[in-house]
Amino acid sequence: MLSDWLYVGIFLVIATFLPFVAITLAGILGPKKPNRLKSTIYECGIETVGETWVQFRAQYYIFALVFVVFDVETVLLYPWAVAYNQLGLFAVAEAVLFVLILFAALVYAWRKGALRWF
Amino acid sequence: MGFIQFLIDPVTFIARWLQMLLAGWGVPAGWTQFILFVLGAGALGTGALMFTIALIWFERKLIGRFQDRFGPNRVGPWGIFQPFADMGKIFTKEYITPDGADPVPFYLAPILVVMSVVSLWAVIPFTLTVVGVELNVGVLYIIGIGGIGELAIIFAGWGSNNKYAMLAAFRALAQLISYEVPMVIALLVPVMFAGKMGLNDIARAQDIWYIVLCPLAALIFFITSTAENGRTPFDLLEADSELVAGFNIEYSGLRFGFYYVADFLHAFTIGLLFAILFLGGWRGPFVEQVPVLGVFYLFAKAGIVYFIGNWMRASLPRFRIDQMMDINWKILTPTALVLVMLTAVVDKLIASELLYLQAAVLFVLNVVLLVVIGKVIDWYWAHRPRPKVVATPRPVARYERSSAQSHPGAGQ
Amino acid sequence: MTIMQIIFLITASVTLFAALMVVSTRKMMHAAMWLILVLFGVTITFALLETRFFAIVQLVIYIGAIAILIIFAVMLTRRSMNADVPQVNRNWWLVMVSSLALFVGLVTVMSVWEGFFVTARTAPPGGENLVQLGTALVDPNGFVLPFEVASLVLLAAMVGAIYVAAERKEK
Repeated sequence: MLSDWLYVGIFLVIATFLPFVAITLAGILGPKKPNRLKSTIYECGIETVGETWVQFRAQYYIFALVFVVFDVETVLLYPWAVAYNQLGLFAVAEAVLFVLILFAALVYAWRKGALRWF
Repeated sequence: MGFIQFLIDPVTFIARWLQMLLAGWGVPAGWTQFILFVLGAGALGTGALMFTIALIWFERKLIGRFQDRFGPNRVGPWGIFQPFADMGKIFTKEYITPDGADPVPFYLAPILVVMSVVSLWAVIPFTLTVVGVELNVGVLYIIGIGGIGELAIIFAGWGSNNKYAMLAAFRALAQLISYEVPMVIALLVPVMFAGKMGLNDIARAQDIWYIVLCPLAALIFFITSTAENGRTPFDLLEADSELVAGFNIEYSGLRFGFYYVADFLHAFTIGLLFAILFLGGWRGPFVEQVPVLGVFYLFAKAGIVYFIGNWMRASLPRFRIDQMMDINWKILTPTALVLVMLTAVVDKLIASELLYLQAAVLFVLNVVLLVVIGKVIDWYWAHRPRPKVVATPRPVARYERSSAQSHPGAGQ
Repeated sequence: MTIMQIIFLITASVTLFAALMVVSTRKMMHAAMWLILVLFGVTITFALLETRFFAIVQLVIYIGAIAILIIFAVMLTRRSMNADVPQVNRNWWLVMVSSLALFVGLVTVMSVWEGFFVTARTAPPGGENLVQLGTALVDPNGFVLPFEVASLVLLAAMVGAIYVAAERKEK
């Protein structure tokens, strides 16, 4: 059982190692001529003014929040889906109630304008 | 006898041969397993990356044909050495690190992006006996590894110390996390039918292909996976005209190339996952007797889905960011939720002995739901808020014979 | 020492070191990245306890959703970009002494409780039984009430957060 996780761990390490080797190889093969002008930040050809920070709108945060709520909901539904074939209609009704409550949450977010991009 | 076994199921034959070899050398059992794991994982990872080279060639030829041109055809017969030439070029370009870049996220991002796509290949069942690891939570593993890819994009945007890269990275992240929601919900439906979360188990349980039982879930999965990958029509993340080429502005050389390697490999991996979850995976005639045929069936099915994805890429214009978010939160998520609820209820109401009746009812349910959603969208589109136009008399040009003499230069 | 113990010790020490770096690093974005490492360490700990579902859920929810939420929150804060704020104030020795005393007190009090020395149960050979978990979640004699209350908690969280965030937009 733990051998499964060992394989996943080995695979992740190898999957990180292979691109790292490729990038290092390309670093050895490529020219290295650092230049003050080459390393400046690209801003469509003009000089960068001010620190690198722009006012991020709260809309991004609201999208991430709605995503967290729906992610947790779906993860709670996965054990129910795995046990679906052994369950009766009553259990299905309970899960439908669960989904309906969160559907109501989605409709609330929609009506309050939380799902608008602008 | 041994040769026939090798032909029928090469990978298992080699694995067993290596195991006997190592046991014969007196290596203890734990170390044997470890060495076999390392060799297997290395072969699979390297194989996935080498396969990308073939994918690059195939995609360029395909897109060329869609655009009524040949695609690469100079470097080798039919241009098959073109990807090697591209690799040679990109391996020898200089790495330029921008001023003030944060070194750890900047260097880590391209590696993480490729790692997240290659790690998906660990749980894919190539045939009934050949699979990296039969993780019994395979479906959630795929979602989780996608999350690592999203983090890589944030690292790229932050590490570049560039306003445009950060803006583009945040828009990309908003798109990716939004499209994960309908994908996770739609994936509940095959899990419900199979009763297991492992990919090989889902492939084994498909006596009837799930695309017949839940075509709407398959459609939602296909659309959201295309959006997760960042392919047209959802390729706002890296389009050249968007926010100065997206979050990979400050990358050069192979680091830049790896984003596209991950893109192409992910497109094919979507095909593989769709084939396993909805098209029966490695199932086909004579697969139990000759397991190696399963690999061909799987790659053929995945190739068809990949072709359809490329067809979409060559034909459709891209969406605006607010249109993309609207499609996700206002159309796909409610549809997925309603689909899960209805499928759960309907499946319980029909007895499971009448298998074909059940399949027919579920298919009809999906089609009816699709038609209803289409009608609702049409109704909303027809009744969308339009700006009020107050009609004022506008000057209208009219040709009148009586005003001919007031025209300068008209014949008299 | 078995291999399992060595792997666990390495994982635990990396997790604790990363947790320490979360609170003591100067830039908030670096703190978010160290937090991702802490959450990954917790995932590996769950995997070492032979659970599959909980390790994957930790990866999906914490690293895939909550770490991203925290990164968005960090980016919304203007102060996060300037790193000239000193991380420790003048009374740091007093804080050290009191937290050490609290730690020693807690360990002394808990070591009289026999649950402190229990060893982890071994999981059945096929891994934990997801079908049993699913059945228990909707069983009327099981956990159906917490299951439904969880959905209400999620609804409340969404309503509250949208209310707070939207109010700021109208101002």
